[in-house]
Amino acid sequence: MASFEKTFSLHVPSSTENLAMIRDFVSSIGQQAGLDDAQVLRLALAVDEACANVIEHAYGSEQIHQVTIRGEFDQDELSFVIVDTGRHFDPAALKPEPLEELVRQRKSGGLGLRLIRTIMDDVQYRIIPGEKNELRMVKKLHK
Amino acid sequence: MPSKFHIEQADRSGARVLALDGFLDAHTAPQFEKVIEDNLKAGRVWLIVDCARLTYISSAGLGVFMSFLEEIREQGGDLKVASLDDNVYQVFDVLGFPALLDIQPTVEAAAARFTEGEGA
Repeated sequence: MASFEKTFSLHVPSSTENLAMIRDFVSSIGQQAGLDDAQVLRLALAVDEACANVIEHAYGSEQIHQVTIRGEFDQDELSFVIVDTGRHFDPAALKPEPLEELVRQRKSGGLGLRLIRTIMDDVQYRIIPGEKNELRMVKKLHK
Repeated sequence: MPSKFHIEQADRSGARVLALDGFLDAHTAPQFEKVIEDNLKAGRVWLIVDCARLTYISSAGLGVFMSFLEEIREQGGDLKVASLDDNVYQVFDVLGFPALLDIQPTVEAAAARFTEGEGA
């Protein structure tokens, strides 16, 4: 079979009100890639989490910036790259705390990356200093 | 095109029922947080979150449960969850929430848990 690849991009202002639009964008791509409804929902959740993190943490909830979501798929895998130009973080430095501990400390955050890692097969974070940060998430197809 | 979300409140057998409708994400979570805060200020600590019409939850929504649970239980109450749809339950489950929250199949069952005197 000839190889094929489809690529899609969405640029939105860094406001949480655009998370619904982002989920719709991701869901459309997931459906085109042949995922079932439950898989599409989880995929949209993973990208929602990544974008919410960018809006809240990389941009400190300032709505004047841009978030870019790039999706692509071929026969083997589906990937999403989230690009921002805000503050970077070090995912390796984030120690996953037990849920009981987060409740005890009355935390409201700390679960997003955990969900992303559960849903996606591979997650990589790349910092290009002074330029941009990229979170790349891959879901294998037909496993 | 922000996420559609609203909360209806009602009283049932001495508990306050918060019926969530729509999408609970980082955009709408502050509304949910505010409703819980207002209830706590009014001294209402028997809270049931009715999720029958909740179609989506992200970690921002779960974070609201996480941040209030301790305070509510310290005050002798609980934040119980009822009527979760399968897809929404999966998100609670994958993060381990069933071990921490009292999740009941219906609002009636959740309300009965309060009146049984089994707070948590």
